[in-house]
Order: sequence, then C-alpha cells, then structure tokens
Amino acid sequence: MLDDFFMRAVLAGLGLALVAGPLGSFVVWRRMAYFGDSTAHAAILGVAMALAFEVSIYAGTLAVAVAMACLVSALVTRGQAMDTILGVLSHSALAVGLVAISFVPAARSDLSSYLFGDILAVGRADLVLIWTGAALVLAVLVLRWQRLVTSSLNEELAMAAGIDPRVERLVLSLALAVVVALAIRVVGSLLISAMLIVPAAAARTWARTPERMAAGAALIAAASVILGLWASLRLDTPAGPSIVTAAAIFFVVSQALRRA
Amino acid sequence: MTPLIESRALTIHRPGTTEPVLAQVDFRIRPAEIVTVVGPNGSGKSSLIRALLGHMPLASGAVTRRQGLRIGYVPQRVQLDTAIPMTVRRFLSLPVRVSDDQAEDALVRTGVPGLGARQLTQLSGGQFQRVLLARALLADPHLLVLDEPTQGLDQPGIVAFYQLIEEVRRQTGAAVLMVSHDLLVVMRSSDRVVCLNGHVCCEGTPQHVSTAPEYRALFGAGAEGTLALYQHRHDHDHDLTPHVHGPGCGHDHADRAQG
Repeated sequence: MLDDFFMRAVLAGLGLALVAGPLGSFVVWRRMAYFGDSTAHAAILGVAMALAFEVSIYAGTLAVAVAMACLVSALVTRGQAMDTILGVLSHSALAVGLVAISFVPAARSDLSSYLFGDILAVGRADLVLIWTGAALVLAVLVLRWQRLVTSSLNEELAMAAGIDPRVERLVLSLALAVVVALAIRVVGSLLISAMLIVPAAAARTWARTPERMAAGAALIAAASVILGLWASLRLDTPAGPSIVTAAAIFFVVSQALRRA
Repeated sequence: MTPLIESRALTIHRPGTTEPVLAQVDFRIRPAEIVTVVGPNGSGKSSLIRALLGHMPLASGAVTRRQGLRIGYVPQRVQLDTAIPMTVRRFLSLPVRVSDDQAEDALVRTGVPGLGARQLTQLSGGQFQRVLLARALLADPHLLVLDEPTQGLDQPGIVAFYQLIEEVRRQTGAAVLMVSHDLLVVMRSSDRVVCLNGHVCCEGTPQHVSTAPEYRALFGAGAEGTLALYQHRHDHDHDLTPHVHGPGCGHDHADRAQG
C-alpha cells in the first residue's frame, strides 16, 4: 500500500494532522499565530541553505526554524512590541529565503514546491521522518501537558505552582520548529501556520476543555487532509492548498453551526 | 514559632533600573496569622508579594521560606482569555489533578457549589474569585496568598469574601497574606496590618495602624473609624512630605536620606 503515491500522501498528511491539532491549539491559546508564521517563513531560508550545502531539507529547515524560534523569544523580552518584531522577522525571513534560494539553481525550478508543499512526492523515508517527528512532539506535549496548559492559561498561576513559564514557552517554540520542518513537504512553508491555526480555531467552537479542543483540532486536521487530497485528485488542484481550503471549510461550517 | 516566610532588608528595583520599588523591608508571617498589606497604588504591594513567593529577583536582602511550605496563591487580576476553553472543573485540576469529590468539596467550601461544568469566562467576578480560592485550597496550603482578591466586587461582595477568608482560616488553620485596597473591611479581619509605601511605613494591629500618623498621612484622616469607601489620594507624595512616626513604629529613614 505504501507503493501508492496517493496512500503515502494521505499517511504523511495524517501524521502531520495528528500533531498539528494539539500544537495548533497552543498556538491559538497563546496567540502565537504570527510566531508560527515567522518560523515557517524562515523555513524557506533553511531550504536554500540545505540545497547549497547539500544536506537534508529537513535538517536545514529544522536548524533555521529553531534559530528563528530562539531569536523571536530573545527579541520579545527586549521590549519591542511582539507584533512588530514578528512582522519584521516573518517577512524578512521569507524575503531573505527567496533571495537565497535564487542563488541555488537546483531549487529555482521547484520553488513553488517548497512554498506550497509537494505532498504527492512524499517518499518512504519522508514518511518515516514525519511520523517519527510527529510522535516525538506529541509525546513531549502529552508528558508536559498539565504544565503547558497551566502556563498557557496564566503565567502567574503557573509560577505559583513551581512551573517556569519560560521553559514551557521554549518547549512550545522548539516543538513548533520541529513541526514546521516536518510540514514543509506536506503543505509548504506558506501554509504551515494555516495547518496549525485553522483546525484549532474550528475546534474551539465546540470545545469545553483544552483536551477536547486539541483532540477536535487533530480530527478536523485529519479530515481536512483526506478531503483536501481527495479533491486535489478529482479536481486536479494543488494538494497543499486544497488541504488548507478543506480546513477553512470546516472552520466556516463550525462558525455557521454555532450561530444556529 | 518559625515564620512561614520571612524577609530581611528586602530591596527590589524597578526592572532594568536601580530605582527602588521597595527598600529594606523586614517582613514575616507566622502560622495561622492573617496579615494584610495596605498601601497606595505603586507602593510596591504586589512586588512584595511576588518577591516573597520567589517570582521576582531581589536587588538585595534575603527571603526565607519554610522548608516544604505549601502556598495557595490567588494572583491579582487573572486575565482570562476566551481563546482557551476551560470549565471550572478542569481548572481545579491544574496543574495537579484532583478527584471530582475533592473538586466539589472545594467549591462547596468557598460557597460556589455545582459550578463545575461552567466555563471560567462565564463566571461573575465574585464567583471567579471564589473559584480561584477553591483552587488555591486544593493544594492544602499552609499559607494562602491573595493579591487584591476583591477587585471588581461590590461592597456586600467584599464583606462576604473576607468573611469567607476568616472562615477558611478557622477551618484549615492556614495563614493568610493579603494585599488589599479595602482598608476597613480588611483590617477588621486581620491580625496584623503592614502599611507600605516603598518601605514599611508602619505595622501592627489594625487598631494601632489605623491611628498611626503615617497611615493617616497615606490614606487621609477620613479613613479612620468610618466605613466610608477608601479613596486613594493621588496628590500625596511620600518623598516630598516627610511624615512623623507614631509610637511603636520603629523604622528610620536613614537609607532613603542617604540615597
């Protein structure tokens, strides 16, 4: 079954969906949407560097995404407004990445596959990496769940319970960097944040507890992957954007049902 | 009795400056004692609490907490975000999971039974304060720390809340450390009052403090002996108006005069 490119695409997407749901919920709870954006945009720079130095795309994007996550965390404590810093970093990272990639002839031709993903080209090795990475991040989230939720709700309450909110913030930033690296083949650098935020936002409508929101987001993300890939096959549309479009439809439906 | 928390010559600077928020504060709270910290806005009340809890770096001085001290903390203004869905029941299990029975017990004790299924964002101010208190009690604390616990409550709500605090102390024997604006109500339920304005202006029993000249200089003579709601006098400037010390107020200002 793994011989079929479509099956591999579905499995890769599901692996990502499983971790994007819970992690995306934290992104929504902590208002880190823009933070996700800047990390994801930096991934393009990682691709350029990976191709230039002939290392794995995953290693390149992971390294740059981690560096970006650390840079943002460091700058935020310096007193600039968060949205300004992220606005500067997010778009600069994308621009620098696009400039850098133009120096790498091999990458120029399939630039769009890095921007929007190329899930249909996912191979067995990619699958192993995506599922291993996703399982790892999920395990970290589950093990630290109580701490992460407490410090997302209120940092003072967390500190009173002996939790260091800075540690939890760093854990989430690193988890985000890993997921960005995993997702670059699946939805591409421009749509990774969408994969994190849209399913979580849709799940928020019905959820009464953080756990249900995280689980709901994973489910909606998984359904979006299946629906999006199916549509992309039937209608010959680009896979990554189709998946995000499907998630957006779930969001609209969830909002409409709430009103009713 | 060993104090639960003790500070010696505690000094805190405004972050990134050498401007002191608090200077040379000696403070202690003993088991089962109710201590209230009063003072105008910006007098360093919340900073003192946060330093005592170890949430804030000290510029100098020392804070000692008793070994194994369990603290139940109700912070000032818990900003709740609608982004995170949270029932009262789930909130009580953060960060330590508790059983349904324990959770409901705590809610009953703080006078808000049956709220477990409610979203935190749907609670009234008074209900939310009681839920916060319930959560603090679940840790079975030796010391309850409440930073402006009655902000946003009306007068009857404030009185009821302090009655509840006294009752909790009776039941559990926990010491209570409060920061408050609600001078008279709070003072009646306190064993000891510490009047703060960048340093300890005066401290002692509520009777002593309410008649101390320092206290009256800070809060106005109108604050004494009446039930009028406290109004902060924004024109008061402690540094420009040297105050007179009442009897038994044994601190001096040498450190400030030199600085």
